[in-house]
Amino acid sequence: MIPNRIKYKKRSDFFIAILLLFPSLLVLIPFFIFPLFYALQLSLWGGKRNTGIFVGLKNYMVAFQSPMFWQSLRVTLYYAIMTVPTTLILGFCVAYLLSKILRGRTFLRILFFVPYVTSTVAVAMVWRIFYNPQFGFFNSILDLFGFPVQRWLLEPRGVLNILSGGVISPQWGPSLALVCISLFDIWHTFGFAVVVFLTAMSTLPKEYYEAAQIDGARPLQVLFHIELPLLSPTWLFLITVQLIRSLQSFSSFYALSPSSGRTMGTTENLMLHIYSQFYEYGYWGYGSAVAILLSIFIMALTFIQWQWTRRYVFYQ
Amino acid sequence: MSFTNNFQNIKIKHLFYFHTPFYYLRKILIYTCLTFLGVLVSFPFLWMITASFKSLEEATSPSLWIFPTQWQWKNWIYVFHSAPFGRYFFNSFVVAGIVTIAVSINSILAGYVFARLKFQGKGFLFALIMATMMVPFESILIPNFILISKLGWYNTYAGLIVPWCANAFSILLIRQAFLTVPEDYYESAQIDGCGHFSFLLYLSIPFVKPALITGALFSFLGSYNSLLWPLIITADETKRVVQVGLTVFSGDAGIRVNLLMAASTIVALPTIIIYLIAQRYFFQESIRVGLKG
Repeated sequence: MIPNRIKYKKRSDFFIAILLLFPSLLVLIPFFIFPLFYALQLSLWGGKRNTGIFVGLKNYMVAFQSPMFWQSLRVTLYYAIMTVPTTLILGFCVAYLLSKILRGRTFLRILFFVPYVTSTVAVAMVWRIFYNPQFGFFNSILDLFGFPVQRWLLEPRGVLNILSGGVISPQWGPSLALVCISLFDIWHTFGFAVVVFLTAMSTLPKEYYEAAQIDGARPLQVLFHIELPLLSPTWLFLITVQLIRSLQSFSSFYALSPSSGRTMGTTENLMLHIYSQFYEYGYWGYGSAVAILLSIFIMALTFIQWQWTRRYVFYQ
Repeated sequence: MSFTNNFQNIKIKHLFYFHTPFYYLRKILIYTCLTFLGVLVSFPFLWMITASFKSLEEATSPSLWIFPTQWQWKNWIYVFHSAPFGRYFFNSFVVAGIVTIAVSINSILAGYVFARLKFQGKGFLFALIMATMMVPFESILIPNFILISKLGWYNTYAGLIVPWCANAFSILLIRQAFLTVPEDYYESAQIDGCGHFSFLLYLSIPFVKPALITGALFSFLGSYNSLLWPLIITADETKRVVQVGLTVFSGDAGIRVNLLMAASTIVALPTIIIYLIAQRYFFQESIRVGLKG
């Protein structure tokens, strides 16, 4: 009697489970899982739009031989190197300072997070005007202190070239336009790091602080010997999350880089490269191939992050 | 509280420390740094709002003074005349609203299944759904565009809405919340003759409400703020959402800075208001599970 009932219940659970999961699967399978395989297949076909023929791995070869691909890869990496460490270090310092005060902490935490929830396009428009060479805020400041004015977002020359007064070749390093986009991104996302660090700091066990106090540790010693080691999982989490975000970023590039291509490709990252090849020129196969190359890299990072998160949860 | 000699000593040391000049110096330093950063963060917003009320000459002058000499309230009305922002807003709210409702319903149903039901293949299905979190957006962009075109959904609401009607992040969020409902509730409800649906409706929803609100907020903001997908899937202004509309307007408006700033303020305003009203939900659940941005 009892085994029968259990068996019966199991069957009914299965049907109700499928019924309840059906709407989610109806979206996730055709629009998230199937497209992955479709993208692999697309990347093996050449030509424009749906007129292509099977070309095998030629699209990948074209990508590896195309200077535009390498330049957009370089732009993507420069961008990641400039934004990720700055965002995290700034975020950590601010969270550390916030954790030391009581009055105004909630208010400032809410304030620092505002840019992160605001639409990228809307705030990018403000920064675009700040960077305007004729009447922008940044040139007004430079002018006020007697420095030569810059072309900011329209400047394809390397920032090292400008800073060194022309000693370093203009091709070397990120262009000033790319640095401008990075600055905007740091402003836009550091609040996220602040909030995550602050949340992590508030969960640290109080005993460590008390023990340190009894031993007479100074604030900086507490920071370097207690807080930083205990927060290492948070650092790993944020590094991977921000790295993935910066590699995939599209909106800030799209909204800030001038449409006429006056930065000579120095502000075209991989996402913009995919977008223009696929949407503007109609190279479906080539676009898919580049997208897959980027995705492999990002999925590897996501996988590492998952492993770390699991370990983190386990240790807690 | 234990008042051993040791602890008393620390208290005395603490009291002493509070009165040292070093303590006040440190406090002043910290507040100065934070105030400076607060100004840096809020300055672009402040400038955006004040510039939207400036006249064109004032907005394009290199002066550092941020407040307008004469407030041009009509700028905000001109924006709606110079581009169909009313239409854009209607589209954005329709799309984001339907996506939010659909995601909420779907994740309640799926979250309940993965938290409570036992059946063959549950592990596989859960892994399958969680794996979609790992799929980078750019890899499915082109196939989804082709798929939507083949379905005849190019430049329709369906094309904007349907692909985003379920996501693994929300399902995970709700499932974790369902797991906190005590097992006894389920058993006693079942004994009282409560089926799955009435249990979901009357007993579980109150438990998962915070997670549900968090998931809904992120769906809404994610949908409202998204740019790339609406950019490629819409062709004309009848289906264009505000984010795409604003990039188009920035090209058209060109040098009309005051109108561009008024448009940006109007686009940014809904998200900021929603965030300020519901900000506690942003900091509770989401951070632990990890935001998707």
